Amino acid sequence: MQQQILTVKENIKLTEGIYRMILCGKVDAIKNSGEFINIEIPSLFLRRPISVCDYDGESVTIIYKVVGKGTEVMAEAKEGDTFDVLLGLGNGYDTSVSGEHALLLGGGVGVPPLYNLCKKLISEGKKVMVVLGFNKADEIFYADEFKALGAEVRITTVDGSRGVRGFVTDAIEDVDYTYFYTCGPEPMLRAVYKAARTEGQFSFESRMGCGFGACMGCSCKTNFGNKRICKDGPVFTKEEILW
Amino acid sequence: MVNMKLTLAGVEIDNPVIPASGTFGYGQEFSELYDINCLGTFSFKGTTAEARFGNPTPRIAECTAGMINAVGLQNPGVEAVKAVELPEMKKFFHKPVMANVCGFSLEEYAHVCERLDDEEQIGWFEINVSCPNVHGGGMSFGTSAQAAGEVVKAVKKVTSKPVIIKLSPNVTDIVSIAKECEAQGADGISMINTMLGMRIDLKTKKPVIANKMGGFSGPAIKPVALRMVYQVYEAVSIPIVGMGGLMCAEDVIEMMLAGATAVEVGTANLVDPFVCKKMVDELPAVMEKYGIKNLKDIIGGAH
Repeated sequence: MQQQILTVKENIKLTEGIYRMILCGKVDAIKNSGEFINIEIPSLFLRRPISVCDYDGESVTIIYKVVGKGTEVMAEAKEGDTFDVLLGLGNGYDTSVSGEHALLLGGGVGVPPLYNLCKKLISEGKKVMVVLGFNKADEIFYADEFKALGAEVRITTVDGSRGVRGFVTDAIEDVDYTYFYTCGPEPMLRAVYKAARTEGQFSFESRMGCGFGACMGCSCKTNFGNKRICKDGPVFTKEEILW
Repeated sequence: MVNMKLTLAGVEIDNPVIPASGTFGYGQEFSELYDINCLGTFSFKGTTAEARFGNPTPRIAECTAGMINAVGLQNPGVEAVKAVELPEMKKFFHKPVMANVCGFSLEEYAHVCERLDDEEQIGWFEINVSCPNVHGGGMSFGTSAQAAGEVVKAVKKVTSKPVIIKLSPNVTDIVSIAKECEAQGADGISMINTMLGMRIDLKTKKPVIANKMGGFSGPAIKPVALRMVYQVYEAVSIPIVGMGGLMCAEDVIEMMLAGATAVEVGTANLVDPFVCKKMVDELPAVMEKYGIKNLKDIIGGAH
């Protein structure tokens, strides 16, 4: 983990309430897809944990939904503004166990961490199918970006206004996959847990105190004892989850 | 050159900065960030007889200039602390450590201290008397002078190490509780633990925290902590470890002027994991700025 001052290079609205921010600076503490960063928000006390959508040598991209005061302040940030950020947090996804055909299932604001994962899996020569679930057509983001990486993309919407009507689990029955990765709201994760035919990895979200394993604010019970979502997660294997 | 060395209940410390229990684990996470031997010491996670998961989540809520937590004493239990945490800690921390102990009965406090008493690295016991007392119908040991005094007496019987008792601010008269603890043989007082607080979510119209209430901490409570340390300093002659919302080296000086011999830093670690190292590094310059040569000379200087 490192503490760095990062500079906003871009902060744009993708769809209603969903923003993409690119932060530049020293980001080499980020080692893996599925990690998160913890951002200090001026005028607020606790940092806000946001998943890493993508990263390279000099920048980190995050996609966030405006849900409260912290993300409201973030949405106001302009190019050139700076944030105090802790980076290199969480375990991230393990791609070594994916086999040849990975299935990625993302719901709403759970979509972003799958982007760098998808990039990594494809660079490892694996076939990737991405299923992105949203409530309605005008909430869809990043479908083209996943396609540009070389993944096959399917869309589901709850109201049927685009793609398959229903949830991500309604679009995977005919898919032949060796392993899955998922991130999204907990009801979706539970549905994936039930529907999945292989082993896989789930990324969780939680209210956190510190974000680096010190305060026990985000503890959960697993089949392998108590774990901290921030430090031992946020990614857990299907085998670990106590559902 | 300034002198930051102090003696806390008979044990020398290089400086007054002590990360508070519950915000520093058993030191591991922070030892990966900086050499934690720069600290005066640290107080490890509150340890009970058996392993505890603690409260359901959410356990954390944001507040203006602070936060609420209701972790609920999650810890691996004293035997795992002896078998796993302390042997691990020895690899990266080479100073006497403060052992924070919690219990739900007098017997549990005494048992945990007895089991930890032979651990050489433990320099002090810090006894947390603000957890629920299952024997007393949900009252806390820390809200009654007599009950707090009984805990001190029970623990003093099983250890010869200095016993610091950590007091709750959620009481009508903290001074009388501190005096009774001193009368029963406490070697020091640490104060203040968190203040009972609540946040309510306007969307769900329910408390944010699953446990409904939790401990309010952070810079918002610093004036309360300073006032209480000031009051207790006038009433007891044993040393006080002052805490409550300290964020920087200036805050360390302020708390010592109120009457603290050393300070604990809790919530600040969660938002800035390097804050205790920064305090230690910045303290000499702040001392020079305010004409302080020897830190021990300013203890209780505001009286």
